[in-house]
Amino acid sequence: MGEKLSWGMILLSMAQQFLPVWIALVATYLLSIRYKRRLGLYGKLFDSPVGMIGFGIVMFWVFTAIFADLIITHDPLGQLSGLKNAVPGSALKAPKEGDYLHYLLGGDHLARDVFSRMVMGARRVLAIAPAATAFAFMVGVTLGLPAGYFGGKLDTTLSFFANLVLAFPVILLFYLLVTPEIRVTGIPTYLAAVLFIFPVIFFCTLFNSRFFTNPPKRNLYVGVTLLIGLWAYSGLAFNADPLGVWSMDPNLLNVFVSVVFVNSPTVFRIVRGIVMDLKARDYVAAGQTRGEGPWYIMLWEILPNARGPLIVDFCLRIGYTTILLGTLGFFGLGVSPESPDWGSTIDDGRKLLSIFPHPALAPALALMSLVLGLNLLADGLREESLKD
Amino acid sequence: MLYFILRRFGVMLLTALALTFIVFYLTNLPPNLEKLAKSEASARMTDEDVASWIEKNGYATPVLRRYGEWLGVMPGWTMLQEDGTTRGRCIAVGSDPAAAPRFCGLVQGTWGKSTVFKEPVQKILGRGLSQTAWLMLAVMLVMVPTSLLLGVLSGMREGSKLDRVLSTIAIASTATPEYVSGVILVALFASATAGLSPILADWGWISGKTLFQGTATSAMDDITFWNFALPVATIALYGIGYIARMTRASMTEVMTQQYIRTARLKGVAFRDVILRHALRNALIAPFTVIMLQFPWLLNGVVIVETLFNYKGFGWTLVQAAGNNDIELLLGCSVVAVLVVLVTQLMSDIGYVFLNPRIRLS
Amino acid sequence: MTDQPWDPSKPILEIENLSISFFTRLREIPAVMDFSCTVMAGESMGLVGESGCGKSTVALAVMRDLGKNGKIVGGSIRFKGRDLTHMSEEELRHLRGSEIAMIYQEPMASLNPAMKIGAQLAEVPMIHQGMSKDEAWKLARQIVADVRLPDPDRILNAYPHQLSGGQQQRIVIAMALMSKPALLILDEPTTALDVTVEAGIVDLVKDLGHKYGTSMLFISHNLGLILDVCDRLCVMYSGEAVETGNVREVFDKMRHPYTQALFRSIPLPGADKNSHPLVAIPGNFPLPHERPQGCNFGPRCDYFQDGRCNAAEVAMSTVPGNDRHESRCLKWQEIDWDAPVKAKIAKEKTPIGRVVLKMADLKKYYSVSGGSFGSGSKKVVKANETLSFEAREGETLAIVGESGCGKSTFAKVLMGLETATSGSIMLFDENVQSTPIQKRNVDTVSSVQMVFQNPFDTLNPSMNVGRQIIRALEIFKQGKSDEERHARMLELLDLVKLPRAFAERMPRQLSGGQKQRVGIARAFAGGAKVVVADEPVSALDVSVQAAVTDLLMDIQRENKTTLLFISHDLSIVRYLSDRVMVMYLGHVVEMGTTDQVFQPPYHPYTEALLSAVPIADTKVIRKRIVLEGDIPSAVNPPPGCPFQTRCRWKSQVPNGLCDREMPPVQTLEGGHQIKCHLSADVLATMEPVIKTAAE
Repeated sequence: MGEKLSWGMILLSMAQQFLPVWIALVATYLLSIRYKRRLGLYGKLFDSPVGMIGFGIVMFWVFTAIFADLIITHDPLGQLSGLKNAVPGSALKAPKEGDYLHYLLGGDHLARDVFSRMVMGARRVLAIAPAATAFAFMVGVTLGLPAGYFGGKLDTTLSFFANLVLAFPVILLFYLLVTPEIRVTGIPTYLAAVLFIFPVIFFCTLFNSRFFTNPPKRNLYVGVTLLIGLWAYSGLAFNADPLGVWSMDPNLLNVFVSVVFVNSPTVFRIVRGIVMDLKARDYVAAGQTRGEGPWYIMLWEILPNARGPLIVDFCLRIGYTTILLGTLGFFGLGVSPESPDWGSTIDDGRKLLSIFPHPALAPALALMSLVLGLNLLADGLREESLKD
Repeated sequence: MLYFILRRFGVMLLTALALTFIVFYLTNLPPNLEKLAKSEASARMTDEDVASWIEKNGYATPVLRRYGEWLGVMPGWTMLQEDGTTRGRCIAVGSDPAAAPRFCGLVQGTWGKSTVFKEPVQKILGRGLSQTAWLMLAVMLVMVPTSLLLGVLSGMREGSKLDRVLSTIAIASTATPEYVSGVILVALFASATAGLSPILADWGWISGKTLFQGTATSAMDDITFWNFALPVATIALYGIGYIARMTRASMTEVMTQQYIRTARLKGVAFRDVILRHALRNALIAPFTVIMLQFPWLLNGVVIVETLFNYKGFGWTLVQAAGNNDIELLLGCSVVAVLVVLVTQLMSDIGYVFLNPRIRLS
Repeated sequence: MTDQPWDPSKPILEIENLSISFFTRLREIPAVMDFSCTVMAGESMGLVGESGCGKSTVALAVMRDLGKNGKIVGGSIRFKGRDLTHMSEEELRHLRGSEIAMIYQEPMASLNPAMKIGAQLAEVPMIHQGMSKDEAWKLARQIVADVRLPDPDRILNAYPHQLSGGQQQRIVIAMALMSKPALLILDEPTTALDVTVEAGIVDLVKDLGHKYGTSMLFISHNLGLILDVCDRLCVMYSGEAVETGNVREVFDKMRHPYTQALFRSIPLPGADKNSHPLVAIPGNFPLPHERPQGCNFGPRCDYFQDGRCNAAEVAMSTVPGNDRHESRCLKWQEIDWDAPVKAKIAKEKTPIGRVVLKMADLKKYYSVSGGSFGSGSKKVVKANETLSFEAREGETLAIVGESGCGKSTFAKVLMGLETATSGSIMLFDENVQSTPIQKRNVDTVSSVQMVFQNPFDTLNPSMNVGRQIIRALEIFKQGKSDEERHARMLELLDLVKLPRAFAERMPRQLSGGQKQRVGIARAFAGGAKVVVADEPVSALDVSVQAAVTDLLMDIQRENKTTLLFISHDLSIVRYLSDRVMVMYLGHVVEMGTTDQVFQPPYHPYTEALLSAVPIADTKVIRKRIVLEGDIPSAVNPPPGCPFQTRCRWKSQVPNGLCDREMPPVQTLEGGHQIKCHLSADVLATMEPVIKTAAE
């Protein structure tokens, strides 16, 4: 039986556990700073201290998610006797051969290792948040472009629906959309069927509008997009992938779809606003006078010039999605009770908050730092992209 | 102007109808009704029993019709029972069916009865809302002045040290959702084992175990600084960062405008440039943002009331949603949707009044 | 103000060896170097130069308002004997607005949108003279009347957006005059305004300058305007003053090669695209951190001498005479200033061929909802009314008019971006009037192309130059393979005289003129037969304008292109067009050959327009005709003749016909058309607006 660790030792041991992350971070920074003049906007990020700090924090969690298996000290679901609500640094009561000897950040109310759960939580969050944000962007961009470009009735209708979703208090929407009952009715699947088709539409239009002058090339690009897109689509939305590569757990699908659904109207509004501004530019008129189709102009003339604000918003939105996922977890919605994700861990911990704060505090700080990193990164990107 | 308000009002009404219908539809899904039947009658009902219960209680009609009944624009259902009495939506048990009104819904003021609290929905909502109103009031009083001050101060000299410090504070606060800041604040100020309280108690500076109270249950009867500060701070913190950043962005934009230079080169002192020339223009955008913060505040309210066990509107919503209390949840949704839409309308109209460029064209 | 005793015979403003730099994270960028000038009491000093030469920086330095990054790194600025460079913020504050006032380029942007005009004006004396609010408003009312604005009481209670551009600029001037400053700085005060409005403002500034005895520092890129307003001028190039002196002396006897080149590149009366082409200044304006050794103008100078001009910094040297004439040139005594322009080969006139474009009774109406709250009523904007004309192969037809005259709408209709309300457009015997661009076939689309106004907007910023041209080739179905198109793209770059390496560049790496060239290359990618050039050079500096104009002319000659040249600049129109069409509020008011339009009889509007354009030639005498008021809005056009609200000939038409009836089109000899009620006799009495004085 070992000694209880002091706070200094806890920090040191944690730093040691994160070794793969440190190595990866140092390598990323060395390479990036070395070649920063050749890397465009990403490179310029390294001119801004704020952006660098933000990027560092974000990459810390990204690498943590990647190397989570190397970092954790215990099975995040395993319960060890005698360590219920154990304070940080507690030693294992009966360590077996090869076991890590301490619960670095203590144990939770089910005697699981808080540290390992926090690390594994990063993996869950970073697997969902960026992907959900990307889907929300696909939907928002694909609908926002024509709404802003054509205006008129199309815009009025789409904006009405966007405002409809935005007028819902998010929590109410989650309480309505993420329930076991709704899974029975299949509504999440229908939603997924609608939302997940957008990337396929987006890329097909993207390639078609650009290469329609060159049919062989167009057919190749559009064909490949359709093949991969529909394959993934069948798996993700309907769980009907013949090869079984793409699939999504119904719980996860429900959460994922809801988050995309909540996020896309905001993206829609942003894109629509930018398009309304950019469509008055002469290069758009030049495209029109040479007889370009509307989708070429939207996707190849307008969208690339909207990338600055969109990239910034993408970073902010990943942070926001992380917060949303946390909210879902906090209310115990849609996630399996065992799940180590940060929101539900906070929820578990809050019942005994004033006596044992550590099980809730660790994931709370982790979530905060990730969102803070994303916000700082967005701020740095914004500052640097404006300097052009 | 009148036309504008009327049109906005029409759109708002349409939105409200669409939203309540969506909520109605989602709360009245077959599995929900099944669950309701089991919880109201008996947990061990057969599928046929469930079906007949649903039928008997008027839940078997098409959803649009039920929505109309609930809204009060369609006559409530009535049904002749085997024992010869007539049951119906609008007929109270044991009363004369002939005397009962034909319509009873939202419009008539009949919001239904909560299955969890066994009380009329209006009464529960009224109680919850009055509790939440105090919380909101306190939050607004803290949040709006703080965030505007923060935003104006950091936006008036972009890139200065003050700006850097305040901006970082604002970013940090937007990165801290209520459930995180709540946990941190409780751990710091209201935990007997961690944070400040044990130290202060050791020094004998506080008589109780903790500096602040970790729950706000007692605030429902008697609001004090010690039981209310943490929930209010938790909600305000997230909003402060957001509004402050908006204000800053708007302020920095205004400060680069030509007319600010004109004012400066007219010999106006810096303080007066800010107060007389910049502020009014810079506050137009944040005004809209503050108004549109209400949906978000509602979010915060739900989280904080759950976290601090303060039985207001948010807490009621969680109870209703968690216990399949359909009528109560519908009531909550109506209130939430109305709050959001009314604030949107106010923000639109207020924007027009603040901005002479739009008002007078 | 506690004025120190100051001798009025001494200069009001004395700038000596002023150097200003901007500091970025990477480097120090010198914006102004070794700049000196003196302004005496009551004198007006012009600062001329192309964009980026540092003229506005000098003005801001006098106001000590250079922003966070700008610093005065050397020299002194003395105002009434007091050095401004060492003044505290508080001292400066007392000076700003009361002793030195400034007028800016964008009147709309320089007025606070959320404050009433009266409050903005009254603020000045309230700060500086401690005047009471009532008194200050009374003074404001008087000054508003002074700047010749009608109905001062209404204006004082209005917000800026309720006034027109011209009225706003008058308010800005009024604001500057509120405390009768000793020095007025005007930074391109009329650039954002229409020519006829500009003429009124210029007159006002001159009169008020005399009335109040104010000294002026007048910054402009327009040499003609400087001649109109200033007593002395200072020509700047790349951060340095290169020549300074009395306006007339510098105009007639310039002693710096840059000044000379500048004058040769602007279209003065007498220049002609075929016999007397403009001479563009070769090369590009140097970037601030890439300035050459020695004389900044060296690399672009015809008289450049290696080893001498690029040896050391050149200092200002005095040109003998008594009027403080100085030049920053080592060789000014050796150059033969009167030698005629090395004659560029006079080019052949393009033969005019068959009719390629014919418009008949074209009308374009828009319906707009009234007011931003949509009070339900729809209003019709008549953007184009009964437009009829022909354009022939190889011809340049200029379309002249101020903002709101409908010239851009006309371009949109021709291009097919909008469809006409009625009338016909025949393009190569094909009626394209109601065919929107999506339905036109590739040949039609590629044969009608457009060159846009704003060089910073005309190219997609996120696509390289080569790609953008290749895309046009793809769309126009030019070339069979990617390789062929690539080769064709390089040829197009040759055509517009850009290095082939530019294919890989991004638009932001190009200067304005270069971008405009790429725009031209793109327009000609499908062998365009009709090119609509919408103010293609108005956003460019004068020296670049000449080069781009020449390029357009050369390509036109080669391809026999029909050029529809839309412009508000009559000088350039006279220089390059064969025929001219003058538009006002959607109507063609006059049409004829260039000679016909520029000679009497005129349409009254053309007459005013001609007189409003400043000409940078001391030998030209212009009749001053200043139009009252602003251009009416196209939403609410006046009844009868569109021009009747501002016409000075209106009294010559009997029975108030102008108020009631749309004038008929009169065809004078040689097919010269004028849409006016004036009888042929009255028209015949018109005198030419521009006369060249006998030398």
